[in-house]
This record gives sequence, structure tokens and C-alpha cells, in this order.
Amino acid sequence: MIKRLLAGVVGAGVLGGLGFLYYAWYPPIATIDPPAASSFSAEQIERGRIVAAEGYCAECHTRTDMGGGPELAGDYKMETPFGAIYSSNITPDPEMGIGRWSEEALRRAMRLGVSRKGVHLIPAFPYDHFTKMTDQDISDLYAYLMTRPAVHMARRPNELPFPLSLRIGQAAWKLLFFTPGIYKPDPSHDALWNRGAYLAEGNAHCGACHTPRNFMGAEKKGSMYDGAVVDGWIAPPLNDKNPTPTTWTEDELYQYLRFGVAPLHGPAGGPMSPVPHRFLSQVPEYDVHAIAHYYADVDHAAEREKHDKAALARAMEQSKIDLIGPNVDPDAKLYQGACAACHYNAAPSPVLGRPDLALNNALWLDEPTNLFQVMLRGLTAEEGQSGIAMPSFYNALSDADMARIAAYLRRTRTTLPPWTDLEKKAAEVRETVKTIPVNSSH
Amino acid sequence: MIKFKLNGRDVSVDVPDDTPLLWALRDELDQTGTKFGCGVGQCGACTVHVGGRATRSCITPVSSIEGAEVTTIEGLHPEGKHPVQEAWRDIQVPQCGYCQSGQIMQAASLLKDYPDPTDEQIDGVMGGSLCRCMTYIRIRKAIKKAAAAMREETASNG
Repeated sequence: MIKRLLAGVVGAGVLGGLGFLYYAWYPPIATIDPPAASSFSAEQIERGRIVAAEGYCAECHTRTDMGGGPELAGDYKMETPFGAIYSSNITPDPEMGIGRWSEEALRRAMRLGVSRKGVHLIPAFPYDHFTKMTDQDISDLYAYLMTRPAVHMARRPNELPFPLSLRIGQAAWKLLFFTPGIYKPDPSHDALWNRGAYLAEGNAHCGACHTPRNFMGAEKKGSMYDGAVVDGWIAPPLNDKNPTPTTWTEDELYQYLRFGVAPLHGPAGGPMSPVPHRFLSQVPEYDVHAIAHYYADVDHAAEREKHDKAALARAMEQSKIDLIGPNVDPDAKLYQGACAACHYNAAPSPVLGRPDLALNNALWLDEPTNLFQVMLRGLTAEEGQSGIAMPSFYNALSDADMARIAAYLRRTRTTLPPWTDLEKKAAEVRETVKTIPVNSSH
Repeated sequence: MIKFKLNGRDVSVDVPDDTPLLWALRDELDQTGTKFGCGVGQCGACTVHVGGRATRSCITPVSSIEGAEVTTIEGLHPEGKHPVQEAWRDIQVPQCGYCQSGQIMQAASLLKDYPDPTDEQIDGVMGGSLCRCMTYIRIRKAIKKAAAAMREETASNG
């Protein structure tokens, strides 16, 4: 009896295993001779340029450490909780890149996360979003990629530990977390909304940073757009959990995504900065409007914006606290000396170029991470609002000073409970700054 | 080599990326009107304009303003006749004078944001520009005078 039971269990296991292998196995797709550039029309290449920009391909497929690398040639180092991984060369180099990939091979990679050779790709490549893309978009993208300069450059090997290094494990991940399928328009919404949703959920893969991930690195379905930590910054919530006092309306979102600064919210910093400056400023306005339109719906802007007038009036009152007349609070003095000349605002609304801290995400998030990041790094003239810069306070403020300013601002410019362990957190964020500016006093 | 626009002309400096803008201006480009005060962005003496906005040059790495437009006290007006500079002279604002180029740059930027500034607005924006000689009362007076002159100019041009 026991023997028979055992045999049954083993048999079921074997069958299950075989079934899984069948599920996990993909054949290689035959190589091709790299297609001639003349085989694609200029119009198709231009459409592909837009698709590539809206998916930020160059951001994660171009090396940034070791002095940078050629565009799209891969070897971008991505730190993951499981170890560092390095992106692929997606230039049409026949050996190092995708020069011998057919359009079908690219389509399979985008839709199913499987390489030309049949190897499962790591979901740091967000095929869980790209799966929603249309055939036309992938075909245009193929035309664009195959007509870029080929770069003969290898990437460094991934640093994933065994057994994560076994790619068959990725098939199990897919079985658990991946739903393939092209975007299906929602007939209850108009064309602009559907275009926005198609881009946001698909190619633009916003959720890859703005949705928290589970212990296996998959986006948590029930927490879509709740915000998450990425590259040492907080990618704020994109839904109605976003804590800023004024609403992310369609116009605020558009300004932010197109130009890198939203008048009532402030500039795009950190890993978000390239999204407007390098990419979404280079695509049709309509598409950026569509994404903004979609997220204004996701964050329920229409229901919330009736409170904006009062929130703005309150922020303008908060903006001048301790800056007018005698100032005896030492924390306020520190703020006045270091920050207020640029961040002070007066009613009725903030001046563009004076990001009002009482309105900014950085003060209203659950952690001071982004506030400390910006204080330590500043913003270059290419980041945030173009052409202007915020200095780096790396050498100017100690961890204790940063903690005092953070606590002071949270106390006087928000209505939220205080942050905790600020000095420790300031030190942790300081650790992430790799390029330390020269101290002008030395 | 880091390139930017200084007082309307293209310049490039061959310094390490993280060099403070203040050093690039004073030591590489011989624009010594901008002063070193505290070195930690707490006094305003080193204030210049980057993209038209008052910026503490002592803690701004020069690489971070690559491609931007920088204006120093030397470039605020070709003949030193910006309304703030005129008012500064008329009212004899400075005492020792060390902070004044930073004060003037901050004040010029203030007047762009608030062309008719109230005392509150002057306090809010100028509060980070320190003067050890305590000429604050004259600074406030000069800002109001410059604001009036600029409004008059706008009115006669308009």
C-alpha cells in the first residue's frame, strides 16, 4: 500500500516535472544575417525611435559606471536584492548584440521574456510590461534597434548566486507571477485614456519602479502604484496614496513628465530625472498627455482637486514660518541659512524655480530618503528644471544638521507625524553618494 | 573640460568635475568679484546666477552646471548699472563690502520673482545673505529703491 502510494507520489512528481519542463522549454529561433538598414523605411525607424524612447531602452541598456559606455551596448550595472546583474547589448552587433535576431526573436523576448536562444530572461528586463505591446510597436522598435550603430562590446557576467543563476528558475517565476498578453483596451474609457494606459502599463513600465515588489522580486498585484524603494530613492505612490497636499492633476503630471518640473510639486530628481529629460521630451506630446491623463484617473485627481486651493493657501503660510521677523529657533536658523533663499514662497502660489517644500513629495513621504538624497547630491542643470541647479550640501551639512533640518521641516511644513532615526538615515543615504564633491573650504 | 556660458560668452574649464563653481570662476576664469564666505552655503557671499536663479557657487560642483548660463556680478550689467547696483551706490549700502556682490546678485534675483517686494518677501529671500557689518536696513532700502526704478523703467518702456 505504502509502496503504491509512494509510486503514485513519485509518478505525479515526475509528470509534474515533465509538464514544467515542457512549459519551461523554448526552442532557439534561427539566426539571420543582419538585415540591411535599407530594408526599413525612414518612417518605420522614426516610429521605432519613439517606441524606444517611451520604453527608456537606452537608460538600462547603456553602461553608466566605469566612465559610461556606448548607447544601447548594454553592461549597465543593476543592483538587485539578489546580486548585481548587467544588461544586454541590444545594438545590431552580430556577436555581442542582437544583429542575428529576427523580428520574431525580438517579439518573443518582449512578449515572453525568452532570448533568441530560448533562455529565460531575468525579469529586471520588464517583459511583464512589454508583453502588452502591439505587434506594430515591436516591429517598429526592431527597425530602430537594427539601424543603430553596432557596438562590439561584451557585458560583465551577472553576479547572481546559485541556484538563482540557473535560468530555468525564471520559468518557475513566470508560472507564479507572469501573465502574458497584449493590452486590451477598456471600452468604458476614451481613446486618450486607453493610449495612456497602454503606454503606462506596457512600454513605459511605470510600475517597475512605482509598484512594490514581493520577496521574489515580482510586482505585488494588490499594491499597484503604492510606491517603492528603487536605487536608494523612493519612487512615490502614483495612486491616491500619494501624500502631497495638492493633487497630481493631469496638467501637473504633464508638466512633470514633459519638462521635468511640476509647478505645484517640484522637479524630477534621481532616477526619475532622465524620464522627462532624456525620453518623454522627445516623443509626441499626445502620448505624454495620454500618460498624464491616465495617472490623473489612477490617483483620482477629479475627486481630490477641490481641496487644492485650501492646501495651496496653507502651504504658502507654512512657507514663511520663522523667516519673517526675529528667528530664535536654532533649527529654523539652519534652514534659513541653507535653504530658504531658494525655497521661500509667498502667496498666492510658488514661483517656478522655487520648489515649495511644503508641497513637495520629499517632505510628505513616510521616510526622509528623497529629501536627504536631494540635499546631499543637489540637482544638476540637466536634472529637474532645466538650466538651473541646486547645490550639493554634502560637505556643508553634517548628518546631525540634515536630521535637524528634516525634523524641523516635517514639524513646520507638514501635518504628518515626525520621522524617526533621522541622523542614522542621513548617514545611510550619505553612504550611497559615490562621487563626493570637493569641499570648497579645503 | 566643462563648458558653460559665463556672462554671455562660451567658456570651458579644465578642472576636476567636482570642483566648486566658485573656484572655477575665481581661479580659472579670473572673475574675482564673487567672494568666498563660509564655504558651506550658509552666508550667501558666493551667490551667482545659474539659469537666472541665485545659486551658492561654493557648494555647486562645476560639472552640475555644464551647459547652463552663469551670471556673476561682473556680468549683471555691462557697465555696472543694474538698478540694484545703482541703488547700492546711491544709498551707500556697503560698509566693508565683502558680502555685497552676493547680496546684489540675490537681490537682483529676488526682484525677478517679486518685482514689488514686501518686507516679508525681502526677509524670506534675503535671510540667507549675511552681512557682518549689519547694513540690513540699507540693503532693504536699496532693494525697494531698485524695485521702484525697475517698475518705472518697465512703465516707460511699455
